[in-house]
Order: sequence, then C-alpha cells, then structure tokens
Amino acid sequence: MDLAYTPRQKAFREEVRAWLAANLPREPLASYDTREGFEQHREWERKLFDARLSMVIWPEALGGRGCDLIEWLIFEEEYYGAGAPMRVNQNGQLLLGPTLIEFGTEEQKARFLPRMASSEDMWAQGWSEPNAGSDMAAITSKAILSEDGSHYVVNGQKTWSTRASFADWLFGLFRSDPASSRHHGLSYLAVPLDTPGVTIRPIQALNGKQAFAEIFFDDVKVPLENRIGDEGQGWHVAMATAGFERGLLLRSPARFQYTARKLVELYKAHRAVADRDPSIRDAVIEAWTGTEAYALSAYHTVGRLAKGARIGAEASTNKIYWSELDLKMHETAMRILGPLGELTVDAPAAVEAARWLDGFLFAQAGPIYAGTNEIQRNIIAERMLGLPK
Amino acid sequence: MDFTFTDDQLTFREAVSRFLMTEAAPEMLREIWDTDIGRSPELRKNLAEQGLTALSVPEDCGGLGMDDIAWALMTQELGYYAIPDSLADTAYVAAGLIAALPAATASRDDWLGRVAEGSIRIAVGHPVNPLLADANLADLLLLAHGDEVHAVPRVQVTVEANPSIDLSRRLAAVSWKPATATLIADGAAGRALWAQTLNRGALSTAGQLLGLAQRMLDLSVDYVAQRKQFGKPIGSFQAVKHHLADVATKIEFAKPVLYRAAYALARGEAGADARVSHAKLACGEAAWLAARHGIQVHGAMGYTWEVDLQMFMKRAWALDAAWGDRGYHKSRVADAILVEGAALGPGHTFEE
Repeated sequence: MDLAYTPRQKAFREEVRAWLAANLPREPLASYDTREGFEQHREWERKLFDARLSMVIWPEALGGRGCDLIEWLIFEEEYYGAGAPMRVNQNGQLLLGPTLIEFGTEEQKARFLPRMASSEDMWAQGWSEPNAGSDMAAITSKAILSEDGSHYVVNGQKTWSTRASFADWLFGLFRSDPASSRHHGLSYLAVPLDTPGVTIRPIQALNGKQAFAEIFFDDVKVPLENRIGDEGQGWHVAMATAGFERGLLLRSPARFQYTARKLVELYKAHRAVADRDPSIRDAVIEAWTGTEAYALSAYHTVGRLAKGARIGAEASTNKIYWSELDLKMHETAMRILGPLGELTVDAPAAVEAARWLDGFLFAQAGPIYAGTNEIQRNIIAERMLGLPK
Repeated sequence: MDFTFTDDQLTFREAVSRFLMTEAAPEMLREIWDTDIGRSPELRKNLAEQGLTALSVPEDCGGLGMDDIAWALMTQELGYYAIPDSLADTAYVAAGLIAALPAATASRDDWLGRVAEGSIRIAVGHPVNPLLADANLADLLLLAHGDEVHAVPRVQVTVEANPSIDLSRRLAAVSWKPATATLIADGAAGRALWAQTLNRGALSTAGQLLGLAQRMLDLSVDYVAQRKQFGKPIGSFQAVKHHLADVATKIEFAKPVLYRAAYALARGEAGADARVSHAKLACGEAAWLAARHGIQVHGAMGYTWEVDLQMFMKRAWALDAAWGDRGYHKSRVADAILVEGAALGPGHTFEE
C-alpha cells in the first residue's frame, strides 16, 4: 500500500487542471436534453478530443491517450472538480466503447472509436422494449439475416433510449434467431439512425425535456459488418456492457464528490435555517463519508484490477451505492433550500437553487436506469452471496 | 498509488483465519463464556505461539514490527471469529502506546518483550471508555490522569466488575491513585499518546466490527439457504435476498474506509482523526445492519441462545460504542469537514 501519487501522475493532474482552467466554457452550457444544449456539448467534446482528453484510457491510435486507470481517476477528479460539463456521449464512450475494445474487430474499432471519442458520432442505446425492461431477455425486436448474408433486416421497437432524438447511431440487442427464446439467439448491432425505416419518437421526461425516445424499426437494413461479436452472442456481449455500466466507468467517484462539496457549501451558507432540522447536518456529514467511501472503493478496485483481479457481481453494489447516495444528497439539498427548492431556472429568486432541482430530478432516475436497484440486489444475492434463484 | 495489500499481507491474513477457525470455534466461545474469568489461558498461549502477540512490537524488542495496516486485516479476523480474548488491546493498542514512549523509559523494553512473548496482559484505560476491558485479569493497566499516562500494576487498583451483554467482554470500573512511581508520560507527550491510543483503539474496534459484519452475513446466508418454507429455501425470496444484499453492500464500502484510516494512522497524517472516525462509523453501521437483518432472516431462531448468531450480534452491539460512540466519531468527522477551508471534493481523498 502506497498512497502517494507518482511524479508522472502529479504532472498529469497539473496538465489537466491547467487545460481545464484555460478552456472551460465561461457560461454553463444549455441542458444536453435539448437540441441546442446537445450541440453545445458536442462542440465541447470536440475540444476535449483535440486536447486528447476525451477518452484518456483509450489507446492513442483510437483517439485516446493510453492512460491507466489511476490516471483516469485523476482526470475525472480534475474534470468534475472544475465543474466541467456532463459528458453528452457517455452511452457511446463509456458503454459501447469498452465493449468494442473487447469484442469488436480491428476494422470496427478503427471505424467507430475515433469518431466516438471526438463525438462526431453520438450514440444512443437500444436495450429496453415496451415489454422488456428489467426482464431484458424478453426482447422481441428482430434482426433477420438476409439470404445473401450481407445484411440484417430489423423490425420492432426500442424505448427509453437516452437522447436518441439527437443521436447519430444506436447500439443494441435484437433477436436474430426467431425460434430462440430468452438470452439465446440475440445479436448485438450498431444501427445508423438515419437509415430508412427508423422512426424516432421523443418521450418527454419529467423535467419537461426530450431526455429519451422510443425508436421504431420498419424493415431497416443493417449491414453485416455492423454486428458486434458473433451471431447469437449478443447477450454475452451485452452483459459485458452492462457490467461496465454498473461498474466504475459510467459513474466515477469524482462527480459525486463534487456534489458533496457543493452540498457542504450549501449547508454552510444556509446553516441557521438548516440546523432547525438536526437530521440535515447528519445527512451533510454522510454526503462526505459516503462519497469518500465510494472514491476509496474505486481506488481499491482499480488497484486490484491492475494486479489481475476482475470485477464480478460487486459491480452491482456500486450501482446501488452511487445511485442511492446521489439521491440522498439531492434530497438533502432540497430540504436545505426549503421553499426555494421547487423553483425552476426561470425563477429570478432561485438561480443557484435551480441547479439542485435539475440534479434532484435526474437523481430520481439513478435507482431505475442501468438495471433497477432491485435487480442489482438480486444479482448481489445470487452471484455474490450464492443464494438460490 | 497502490491502494491494495501485498500478497504477503493477504497470505498472513489467510493463515490467521485458518488458525482461528479451529482455535476459536463457536463451541469454544460458549465454553469460555461459561467460565468465571471469561478467558482461556490456553487460547492466549496458542495466539502467542502463532506470533499474534508480537505483531506490533518493534523488532529490536523481539516483535515483528508491523504497522496499523497489518492490523486492519488482523482485527477483521479477530472480529470474524469473535475471539473471547482482548488480544488487540494488549498486542496492538497497549503495545503501540508503550512503543511510542521514549526509549529510555524504564520497563519499556521489558514490557514490549513480554507482550511479544505473550506473557503479559495489559488493560488500557482511555477516558473515552468509562469502563476497562479485562482490568481484572490484566498484569498491568495503562491509566489516564488528565494528560498523564500511568502504568499501574494490577495489585495497586481496585476493580469492580460490570457485566456486559457480551460475555466475552469483561468490563470493570477501576479505582486507583496516581503516584509518581507509576507515571510514564505527561503534558504534551501524554496528550499525544492518548490521542494516538484512542485512534488505535477505534481502528481496532472498527476492524473487529467489520469482521463481525461479515461473519453475521455468512451465518445468515448459510441459514436462509437451508431453511425451507412454502417448499423452498427462504433465501430464494427477494425480500430475504434484498436484506442480505444490503448488508453485503454496506460491508463492501466500509472495507476501503478502514484501510484508508489504517494508512493515515500508520503515516501519522494530519487528517487521521477524521479518517479513523469515518472507519469506526462505517464499520459500526455495517455490523449493526448485519445484526438487524441477520436476526430478521433467522426468524425466531435468531432470538434464541442456541443459534450462534447471538454471540456475534452481542459483540457488534457492544463494540459499536467502545473507543468512542457514534456521536463522538461523527463530531470528529463534522469538525474536519465543516471547518473553514476544509479540503473537500474530488482530488482530496489521498493528498492533504
């Protein structure tokens, strides 16, 4: 155990810090759940990419920087510590990206990853269907290989696809063997969203914005070279993606530590009012202890990975931990803000408060997306503790 | 930056675990509970033969010279097996205090040598604990008088037993009179020794609580996998699964907090107080949740004397307030994070 950063790691931190100080947008970007904000975030991603900071852990040849996971954690700390924008292309970069690195052909990696790193291609995901949510193996959308084997013909419907209204591509699971059931006979495809036969219908989320969409496929032709992994191996490939999602990459500790810092500041600024409810102070303390524990767990896991360990079902403990922590912190902020909490960005009386409201609304989704926390608890009980199905 | 244990450290832990599995089985715990003194000289002898009493003693005094980080693993094993012995009080907490005395202090090396060979039992009387564990059996007591540290032979104190619900904890109120002959440190030096001792006691307790949490989880998993109702193991029901998944999650996120605290203590970091308090809180909460959900999934059996769970629950309930209760530790964390200019947020987890 040696908890000092190396000179190289310190230098990297300094470099990232300096770059962010010089390049951060002066005004906050518009919400990436709007077309305008989405494009602003795309521009920001391009800037990050040009500085080779968009995907620091990817190999240089694929648009990354070849950093190790400790350096990635450092990057995240600097990035979120500086209050930098949310990552608009995270579905691609953090979910599909690692899957392609593990399962993609060399041709697919070269074709998809650099454009993903630069956000020239924005990706949406296609997992859930109207009747396949927590029970993802109930997928019925079909992808049937053409007789000449050159392409799949996709029919069906996907839903809850985050920011799909604005995205360029979709990756997801389709049933390629119509006689199959459950997790057999599925294939993992990448579909350009401008292909004829694709219809995207936005779904208005509870924040009033088009945060996600449903997607209809009507005889959509998808070239064979867009299949990731082998025919019928989609479930296996998707599970790897789900593991990444629940695991570290999608929700690095830094963004929650940033929220905790902001919460402590909010509490201090409103202490006279907040202390009338003694449980608020407790919740503020737990924001710090909780986010520190999450960060420490990340460093411990990264250290074990570097020594050859693999992340198994404990990834599910991560998902529960960060989503409930994030929700608790935002609930605490709302309680501190009291009657200001309900005010939106358009309310002159609540410029700062409104950002907490946005976060509070989004935090409601945390225990639901990426596999509900109930499903995660089942996974922990069955795969970590070995309890019977 | 490497926040993991070495293979040697993990191997040593494994060896200790295998040893305690046979030497501190639940049947033996019950036997020792029934005795008047609540301790087994034979167990203590075996612990010493394994070198466990020598861990913290400096090498030039016949010990192994290990630091707080090694104890973060060791104490988990002591908790997991709920050993009916206050080994860590002597071998870790007291040894740490004595080793930190100036080398010229009379008896220092002698005490340390005896700790290493397992021939002395030392009770530690920090003011945060109103009662002393093992005062009755101790050969030597380290007692506080203001900032002063006194090393007092057992014969010079009066001991009144105060039974605990955990029959492995033998607590007592101690009456004594400070004397020049027993004084081993005072003033700023004494204050620093007591502060460090509190952190060691709290870290030791935190590690034991985490081990207890894991043991209660394991016992509960075993129970719900074999107990059948409605024709199925009750462990197949989601309501039961989710109780235990929550315990597993608590444990998972308490571990690295304990390790970070041990490192802070070993390196004498300025922020060590808050790190140790965080560990004590996180491990205590994990242990209490493991007890609460453990008894729930055991049903009525969990409320019996017969089922082993009770021994681990009682230890967890007792240790939670030892070496500083939650209010004490939460205040220390609050002091650290609410102070003006506190280094919070991303990037402050390791460097001060």
